[in-house]
Amino acid sequence: MTAAPALLVEDLSVAFRTRGGVVQALEHVSFAVQKGETLAIVGESGSGKSVTAYAVMGILDPAGRVTAGRAMLGGLDLLAASADQVAAVRGREIAMIFQNPRTALNPIRTVGKQIADVLLRHANVPRREAPGRAVDLLRAVGITDPARRADAYPFEMSGGMCQRVMIAIALAARPSVLIADEPTTGLDVTTQAVIMDLIGDLARDIGMATIFITHDLALAAQRADRIVVMHAGHVVETAPTAELFARPRHPYTAELIAATPDAAANLSELASIPGALPDLRRSDLPPCRYAERCPRRQTDCDVALPAAPAIPEHVVACWNPLS
Amino acid sequence: MLTLMLKRLAMTIPSLIGVVIVTFLLTRALPGDPAAYFAGPAASPEAIEQIRASLGLDQPLPVQFVHYVIDLAHGDLGSSLTTGQPVAAEIAARLPASAELTLLGLIVSMAIAVPLGILAATRPGSAIDHACRIVTTAGVSLPVFFTGLILVYVFYYLLGWAPAPLGRLGIFDSPPPTITGFYLIDSLLTGDGTTFMASLKQLALPAITLGLFALAPIARMTRASMLAVLSSDFVRTARACGLASYTVVVTYAFRNAMLPVITTLGMVFSFLLGANVLVEKVFAWPGIGSFAVEALIASDFAPVQGFVLTMAVLYVALNLAIDMLYGLIDPRTRMDA
Repeated sequence: MTAAPALLVEDLSVAFRTRGGVVQALEHVSFAVQKGETLAIVGESGSGKSVTAYAVMGILDPAGRVTAGRAMLGGLDLLAASADQVAAVRGREIAMIFQNPRTALNPIRTVGKQIADVLLRHANVPRREAPGRAVDLLRAVGITDPARRADAYPFEMSGGMCQRVMIAIALAARPSVLIADEPTTGLDVTTQAVIMDLIGDLARDIGMATIFITHDLALAAQRADRIVVMHAGHVVETAPTAELFARPRHPYTAELIAATPDAAANLSELASIPGALPDLRRSDLPPCRYAERCPRRQTDCDVALPAAPAIPEHVVACWNPLS
Repeated sequence: MLTLMLKRLAMTIPSLIGVVIVTFLLTRALPGDPAAYFAGPAASPEAIEQIRASLGLDQPLPVQFVHYVIDLAHGDLGSSLTTGQPVAAEIAARLPASAELTLLGLIVSMAIAVPLGILAATRPGSAIDHACRIVTTAGVSLPVFFTGLILVYVFYYLLGWAPAPLGRLGIFDSPPPTITGFYLIDSLLTGDGTTFMASLKQLALPAITLGLFALAPIARMTRASMLAVLSSDFVRTARACGLASYTVVVTYAFRNAMLPVITTLGMVFSFLLGANVLVEKVFAWPGIGSFAVEALIASDFAPVQGFVLTMAVLYVALNLAIDMLYGLIDPRTRMDA
C-alpha cells in the first residue's frame, strides 16, 4: 500500500435534480484501486454503483452534479479538471465497458471504424494505419476472422462478440484503469466466463487496474482482489475478497452474502434482505441509510457515521458491526 | 444494393397503377359539368350535348378510362378546355419552375433548420434552444402569402434590394436555353453568369418565404431526434472513449439522428410542391400550383388530372429516393429487402 493508487476516489458526492426533489445519489464515496488490482463494486440495483463510475468518467446525465469529492487519476483530479482535460484522458488513461454491448456500439458504423476512431484520437496512430491496427485489436480480443469482422456492423454480431469489440475499443489506447460496468449482463453464462477471462488476461498484460461493477456477488468473489459494498449511495464496507466473505462486518454485507443463491440450497432456503432502498429524496434520511432495514440498529445509529479513512484494509461504516 | 434498388423500383409499379385509377375517378367525381362550362352560358342544350359527345364524355366510364390510359401511354394528358393547349407541354414547362423554387426553398430551410436543431439539442434550455422554439413557432404560424408580402414590401418596396416579384426573370432578361428547365442550372451549364444572377435574384425572396415555412418541421424533428440519440448508449460510449465532441455530435449522433429528419424532409418537400400556390401567386411565379388552381376553378378536368398524376408520380419517386437514402445511411435497412 505504498505506491500511489491508479485511481483514488475520495469523498465523492453526487446529487440529481429531479421533479420530485433533489436525490442524494452518492454521499462520501471513497475507494482506491491499485495498479494491476481488480476491485469489485457490489450492491443492489440503485445503490449508486454505475453513478459512481459515470461521475468518475465525467459522463453523468446533465441532471446529475458532483457536489463534493475528488477522483485522482495519476496527478489529475478528474472532477476538478476542465472538460477538455478530462476528454483527453478518457479512453487514453481510463476507459469504460458498458452493459448491453449491443446498444453501446454505434449501430450504423462498422466496428472497425469505431475502434479506429479511438486509435486516431488517443494512440497517435497515422490515419492510414488505423484500420490495420483495429484488425489487430479485434484479433487480440479473440474475434475469429478479424479482417472480415472489422467491416461488420454491430447488428450483424452476437452480444458476446459486441462485448469483445467494446473491450477492444476500451483497451485500444492501453489505459491504466478500466471500469467495467456489469460487462456480462445480457450474455449467456458461458460467454460471461469467457468475457471475464478475457478482461482479466488483458488487464494482466497491460498491468491495468480494473474496477468491476456488478450485482453478482458470486462473480465478484471469483474475480476480484478486493470488494467495495455499496448501499443507497454509501460505501458500507471495503475489504479483501476472502476477508469479506469469511468475516463480513457490516450487517448489510452479511445479508447480501446470505442472499446469494448457491446450487445446493433450494428456493425456499434463499434469504432475501427485508425492506427496500430508502427514498433518496427524503430530507430526514438517517446518517446510516441502512438503519431502517437493519436488524442490529441501536441508538448510536442516529449519530453521524464513523468517518471512514480512505483505504485501510477492512473498513466498515457501522456503529454495531458483526465481529 | 443494386438488387435492392430494383426491388424498390418494382414495388412502385402497383402504386403508379393505383394513382392512374384514382386520378381518373377523382377528376370525374369533381362537381361541375365541363361540357356546359366549355359551351358557355348562352349555349343551347343541344350544343352542350354535341360538345359532350365531341369530348367523349357521353361514353360510359370504363370506355373513357380505356381511352385515358391509351392516351397516357402515348404521353398525351389531353388538352385544356380553356386554353386548348396540350396539358403535357404545359406541365413540362411549369413543373421545373415549381421544382426549382421548392428545392431552393428546401435548401434554405435545411441550411437554417438542421444546424439550429443540432445546436438546440446539444444545449437544451439555453438561449439558442429558446431561439429555435420561437423561430419554429413563428415559421409555422405565419401564412406563406403573408411572409411573402412582408418580404416583398421590405426588400423590394422599402429597400429596393430585390427585383420586382414578376416571375422567374425580369422583363429584360431572356431565359437560358432549356436543358433541365431549371434556370439556375441551365444558365450555369451555358456559362451565362448574368442570367444566373438575374434568376437567383428572382428566386431569393420566394425561396426564403417557402424556406421559413418549411423550417419548423425540420428544425423540430432535428432537435427531437438529436436529443434522443444524444442520450443513447452508444453516444455515452463515444463520450466515455474521449472522442472529440465534434466527432461525437456529428459522426456518432447526427448520422443516426438523420433518418427521421430525412423522412420529414420528404414529407415537407411533397407538401411544399403542391401547396406553394400562394407563393406562386404572390411572386407571379409561372408554376404548376397556380396552373392547377386555375384549371380547378374552371372545371377543366384534363389539367387537374394531369396535375394530380404528376404530383403522385413525383411523390412516388420521392419516396423511392428516400428509401435509397435510408439504405445508404443505415446498413440495417439494407438487410430486410
